[in-house]
Amino acid sequence: MSSTFVSSDPTAVRDTLQPSGTLAILHDWVVTVDHKRLGIMYVIAGLVFLVIGGVEALLMRLQLAWPGLTLVPADTFNRLFTVHGTTMVFLMGIPVVFGFANYLVPLMIGARDLAFPRLNAFGLWILVFGGALLYFSFIGGDGLYGAGSAPAVGWFAYAPLSERAFTPGNATDYWNLSVLVMGFGTTATAINLIATIATMRAPGMTLGRMPVYVWTMLTVSGMTLLILPPLTAAQIMLLLDRFLGAHYFDTQAGGSAIIWQHFFWFFGHPEVYVLMVPGFGFVSEIIPVFSRKVIFGYATLIAATVSIGAVAMSTWAHHMFTVGMGGTLDSFFAASTMLVGVPTGVKIFNWLGTMYGGKLRFRTPMLFCCAFLFQFLCAGLTGIMLAVAPFDWQLQDSYFLVAHFHFVLFGGLIFTIFAALYYWFPKVTGRMLSERLGRWNFWLLVVGFNLTFVTMHFPGLLGMPRRIYTYPADRGWDILNLVTTLGVPLQALAVLIFLVNVGYSLRRGATAGDNPWEAWTLEWATTSPPPVYNFASLPPINSRRPLWDVQHPDDPDGPHE
Amino acid sequence: MSRTGSRGRAGVIGFIVAETSLFAVFVVAYLFYIGKSQTGPSPKDLLELPILGTICLLSSSVTVALGSRALAAGRVARAAAWLLATIALGVVFLTGTAQEWRRLIVEQGFTIGTNLFGTTFYPLVGLHASHVIIGLVMLSLCVVFAYSGALKAVHTERVELVSWYWHFVDGVWVVVFTVVYVVGR
Repeated sequence: MSSTFVSSDPTAVRDTLQPSGTLAILHDWVVTVDHKRLGIMYVIAGLVFLVIGGVEALLMRLQLAWPGLTLVPADTFNRLFTVHGTTMVFLMGIPVVFGFANYLVPLMIGARDLAFPRLNAFGLWILVFGGALLYFSFIGGDGLYGAGSAPAVGWFAYAPLSERAFTPGNATDYWNLSVLVMGFGTTATAINLIATIATMRAPGMTLGRMPVYVWTMLTVSGMTLLILPPLTAAQIMLLLDRFLGAHYFDTQAGGSAIIWQHFFWFFGHPEVYVLMVPGFGFVSEIIPVFSRKVIFGYATLIAATVSIGAVAMSTWAHHMFTVGMGGTLDSFFAASTMLVGVPTGVKIFNWLGTMYGGKLRFRTPMLFCCAFLFQFLCAGLTGIMLAVAPFDWQLQDSYFLVAHFHFVLFGGLIFTIFAALYYWFPKVTGRMLSERLGRWNFWLLVVGFNLTFVTMHFPGLLGMPRRIYTYPADRGWDILNLVTTLGVPLQALAVLIFLVNVGYSLRRGATAGDNPWEAWTLEWATTSPPPVYNFASLPPINSRRPLWDVQHPDDPDGPHE
Repeated sequence: MSRTGSRGRAGVIGFIVAETSLFAVFVVAYLFYIGKSQTGPSPKDLLELPILGTICLLSSSVTVALGSRALAAGRVARAAAWLLATIALGVVFLTGTAQEWRRLIVEQGFTIGTNLFGTTFYPLVGLHASHVIIGLVMLSLCVVFAYSGALKAVHTERVELVSWYWHFVDGVWVVVFTVVYVVGR
């Protein structure tokens, strides 16, 4: 909040000079550089796009519910899965992950704000602009050639398919520019988070005392710096090909048909971890609080986090086993992919070890974490299956693969996001979310999700390829597809209940108080919602659980760490 | 505010890491496509070693360091002079690139669409040149502020961060020079 007035009491001047009312509130939010407000707007943007992307998925599932349906034409179907994928990764996953980080990282390390507040605001608004650009393609994408509306080249837009010769019109250009500008925002936010964590920790908040969540954000921010610029570079190359007649991906002029895949997946695979590792962070904050124990194996958890970040950088070409890279590369990427399962497995044991012998409290955030443990384990197991190159040759681009990565990003990431939403909502708003509606939300989502995505593995094993808009009746896929689709309304209802819960609890929810979950990290030391300046005074930080030390001066954590 | 270090420094280090990653992909693409053009001309036919430009750009790293050191000692006028010298050296480098591109495009008709060499050459060299231009803008701002009296010894760190960026741009040139004019030729 910057003010040009010079006064001994700036708030008084501000109150008398600024108009009140909706417009003033809106103005306040648009010009804000406060990390908490930006974080809230990031998350809201992510949830809006979650609903939009969900509706796209719903349309696709309705079309596939039974063989030979004509609800969605083939062209539209291609646009739907392209925009669904782009939306969920770039407009839902990244905003929610970085939105939470915006809100939580400064609070958890006892800082006043991020290192560069205005850069932070830039990150949010360029993301909103990128989202608008992508969705504008639905009306503006016809372009000079009158072909196509929204992009229809898949969310990874393989070149040369995405070259001008094969996708005329401007739809692909909107996709391209949208992803390009969102990349700038994400890179800026990653730099911001690293600078914040490196230089703005409160006195006593050593690296070894940082909450696990902050460590996960430090790791994925570092990864972002290494993986997003290559995507930006590839997008620039594609733009040069499409507009200036360059030949980067033009096979007619000797360009490679494969190098785009390498560039894209060098970003695309670590990106999965950039989204998923903060989810691990959420779980690592929530499970100890609802088990009433310290996290089991803090150091191994941090080591596992950083190793996942490091190993994940060298697994990208397991997306390309079927392009014919040869035995050596296939073996390397199969091995590295299996290797990344090791630190991930370590984490599962960290969480189980934390719960073991604890006094478990099954409130809504904990329920989501438990479902996450099961579902993410399944996702990891099918991941190891797909890492075996010959197995992958059979199931590449089948619904088995689609089911696998939805288990990761939905059964893993979105479940942890819901856990985080229920856990930190009281801190952000000062009100508790309804536990009763929360349970409905949880059970409908668990049942709906598993109905859809467990079932989805089987048509894949039976040979059903992804990205087909319909299929013949005699393949044995029809009942399985019907069941897959039947899970969708349950999930939609769950999200709806969540929105109702938010609306209801904002007005009627129980008052939260500073620390409703009896948690131990610094964000719970300030009021709910926190004041603009975050902390009037900080508790002394002598261990990983400063609030425990405050509550139990006779038995502080320090000697046990 | 900063208790454990400078956030400006941390931010610029992060920025330089990201930029390195960006350049790396263009370098990889260049290396990957060496000798794969289906038609001429080849780098050997067209490229001449940009010796003068390279010497100027590399020595400008020294002048910018001297400039930021002078500012740290509180000698603003001297700092401005060194920064001006840096700008002059950068301009000489850019002029060399401009002349090269003019010769290639206007006289020899060699463009980004000619073959894979053109496709990979212009974006790589152009990306570097655009970074030189941005560096020159920042250095010019420092000089303007020095002469307007706004630049003082307390701003040493900011000028130093500009110099870090400038060193990075220099370092990238060493790679580009090696890849394009030595290995690729």
